[in-house]
Amino acid sequence: MTEKKEIRAGFLDSLWNFFVSVRLSVVVLLSIAVLSVIGTVIPQNQNPNYYLKAFGPFYYQLMATMDVFDMYHSWWFQLLILILVINIVICSIDRLQKMWSVIFPKSLNFNLKRFRSRSSRRDFNAGLPVDELKGLFEKRLAKKFSYCKTVSTEKGFALTAEKGRWTRLGVYGVHLSVVVLLIGALIGLKFGFEGFVRIAEGQTVDAIRLRNSGTSLKLGFAIRCDDFNIEFYKGGNRPKEFRSSLSILEDKNVIFEKDIIVNDPLSYKGINIYQSSWERLNKEGPAMQGPQKVPEIIEVKFQSAASGIIYAQSSSLGKTIKIPEKLGLFELKSYLPDASFQNVSLGPVIIGEYTNPKGETQTIRVPFRFPNFDKMRKGDVIISVVANLPHPVPVEPLYATGLQVNYDPGVWVVYAGFVMMIAGCAVTFFMSHQRLVVEVRNEGRAVKVMVSGTSNKGKIGFDMRVQRLADQLAGLVSKSKNKD
Amino acid sequence: MISNSLIFSIVTFIYCFAGILYLASWIFKKQLPAKAATWVAWAGLIGNGAGLLLRWFESYEKGSAYGHAPLTNLYESLTFFAFIISSIYLFVEWKYKSRILGALAMPLAFLVMAYASISPGKQIQPLIPALKSNWLIAHVFTCFIGYAAFAIAFAVSIVYLFKSKEKEGKDATVPDQSGALSTGLLDELTHQLIMFGFLFLTSGIITGAVWAYSAWGRYWGWDPKETWSLITWCIYAALLHLRMMRGWRGKRIAVMSIIGFVAVLFTYFGVNLLPGLHSYQ
Ligand code: HEM
Repeated sequence: MTEKKEIRAGFLDSLWNFFVSVRLSVVVLLSIAVLSVIGTVIPQNQNPNYYLKAFGPFYYQLMATMDVFDMYHSWWFQLLILILVINIVICSIDRLQKMWSVIFPKSLNFNLKRFRSRSSRRDFNAGLPVDELKGLFEKRLAKKFSYCKTVSTEKGFALTAEKGRWTRLGVYGVHLSVVVLLIGALIGLKFGFEGFVRIAEGQTVDAIRLRNSGTSLKLGFAIRCDDFNIEFYKGGNRPKEFRSSLSILEDKNVIFEKDIIVNDPLSYKGINIYQSSWERLNKEGPAMQGPQKVPEIIEVKFQSAASGIIYAQSSSLGKTIKIPEKLGLFELKSYLPDASFQNVSLGPVIIGEYTNPKGETQTIRVPFRFPNFDKMRKGDVIISVVANLPHPVPVEPLYATGLQVNYDPGVWVVYAGFVMMIAGCAVTFFMSHQRLVVEVRNEGRAVKVMVSGTSNKGKIGFDMRVQRLADQLAGLVSKSKNKD
Repeated sequence: MISNSLIFSIVTFIYCFAGILYLASWIFKKQLPAKAATWVAWAGLIGNGAGLLLRWFESYEKGSAYGHAPLTNLYESLTFFAFIISSIYLFVEWKYKSRILGALAMPLAFLVMAYASISPGKQIQPLIPALKSNWLIAHVFTCFIGYAAFAIAFAVSIVYLFKSKEKEGKDATVPDQSGALSTGLLDELTHQLIMFGFLFLTSGIITGAVWAYSAWGRYWGWDPKETWSLITWCIYAALLHLRMMRGWRGKRIAVMSIIGFVAVLFTYFGVNLLPGLHSYQ
């Protein structure tokens, strides 16, 4: 029974020892660094066919089983992060336990011997009585240190000063921030969603498509796109602004309206709606389509390639015209309000039958809007038609806006982690716990002053500071002497 | 009228000249060229700063649609990068009264400016919608301060490796009269610069995340550029722990710092070869 307990205790101990080690954290940090490279070299979350083509079936299978194609969400990558978190927590608890008495001491103890033996201390003689020095130094040090105390010694006194003891906590702020950040990310992953929706101008939707699963999600409210606008900078196709005017509706009532642009999303009930993409739904340019009704009078023009002369003649559908210069016959067979040629709209056309002088026939299209179209045929005669048709009107562009619709309840936790991390790093790197001792001793006739200090980091910089402080104190003494 | 790009071209040559002087001083072990180099480097720094201010001003001159802090494309970020590199270098030179690092820092500033001059984006362009954000400015600003600190740390590490061949294992001391830095001090300096750089890299990644959240609705998306900044961050975090808790000093830290800077370079330049949202232009 007890043996079992001991084994368990031994196991827990070695587990603790495993996770307390900084060696482990270095290994994990560097492993994360190295393994992350994979995901930047192999594009993630592509179509399987893409990978099959790139790697062949064998390596595709192998890499797919190892989740290489979605590696940042793979079990092994997440395991690494989990180890890092346990490592940070255990290690911080362990260090904090050991540092507790330094950070929150019951009484402040300065070990004078240690300060006396520091190689970077400064000694100088002061020709002033001890009591006078006491007042002088106390005033000066109080300005620079948050805590000052004078203790009497056998031969004089020692001034002890310290500041920044709390800065030793900074590093725990950094470590805690990593944990907070990851908790925030986890909350977002568990309870949030990322989706996308496309809304044509004037349309309303109440559901989005989720990015991960591709399933549809009802939002509980509706989004209407009242308008979408794209603006370009002058003289170029550099986009200036994408703007969607959106309305949020609940039970068909507009709750509020907002124009969103990139970098300025809309937020409703914690759900954020971002301008993400756009699409033009109708074709660009003016509408080419002619009227459905066949124009009654159609003027047909023939230009002779040989002489260049243009002959015009009024006609109508169903008639056949004899072309001058004995160039043949042209019959107006039918009318189409909108024909196309190689996918380009020609607008209204006459489909006619041309018979050349040799008696060969050919069906040709003669558009009303493009009088030079028939030149392409390179025949002996160029045929064009004119009728009293309405002018083409430019069409209003019709857009659809693409919106990213996200919900992330963890983001404020993550941001709290961000603030903590920056603050913690600033404190840890640039502030230190500094302790200073100024000891004044009567040595026979002389009065000796010793200045010495310690700091938990930035030793060289602090040593220089101690030197400067000693200079200042010595200067203070000689100034005071000159006054007398 | 003088344009910012003319000033930047001149600054490129000034940095080159300063670098040559520092190098000459190092190779021939003479003080005089380095003393002159300090003045040249200051001139370069002031010119560089003036060029940035002028470009900022010019962008508003061109019309309100154009106006932006000069931190939004490759050309602008490189000129800012060079500015911070020489600022940090000159600060270190002043603080430690040593000119030896100039032989690496100034050529580095020159190379950055030279690379800028062959980079696209010299013309001041109005901003596309995604770049219209104060978080972007904060992001580029902090990232490049971090990168520049790592660049100088890289220079210090190289000098360290050269010097450690001469004499190993001296303690950190205040620099002596001749301005030669002890290996101990170089090691300490690397650490200081890396802590400074780490704070700014951390801030850079964080402001970038906040920007991404406001523009695309996600603060982290494993985009190659984001991932590479994380890789860089992990390397420097490992370095800090190795030094602090495993007692690594000197040569090993210098090597880590060089590896870290290679990661910085890849984050900055290499990633543009990979697909992603971040590629400028
Ligand atoms: C991404 C994760 C981590 C970050 C960003 C981080 C950050 C830091 C920073 C900035 C310092 C201060 C270093 C210095 O003063 O030069 C530090 C110190 C330290 N870190 Fe971490 N750390 C991380 C993970 C870990 C882990 C997993 C451990 C667990 C063993 C750990 C253990 C320590 C220890 C023991 C110290 C020294 C604390 C002291 O001064 O008492 N760190 N860390």
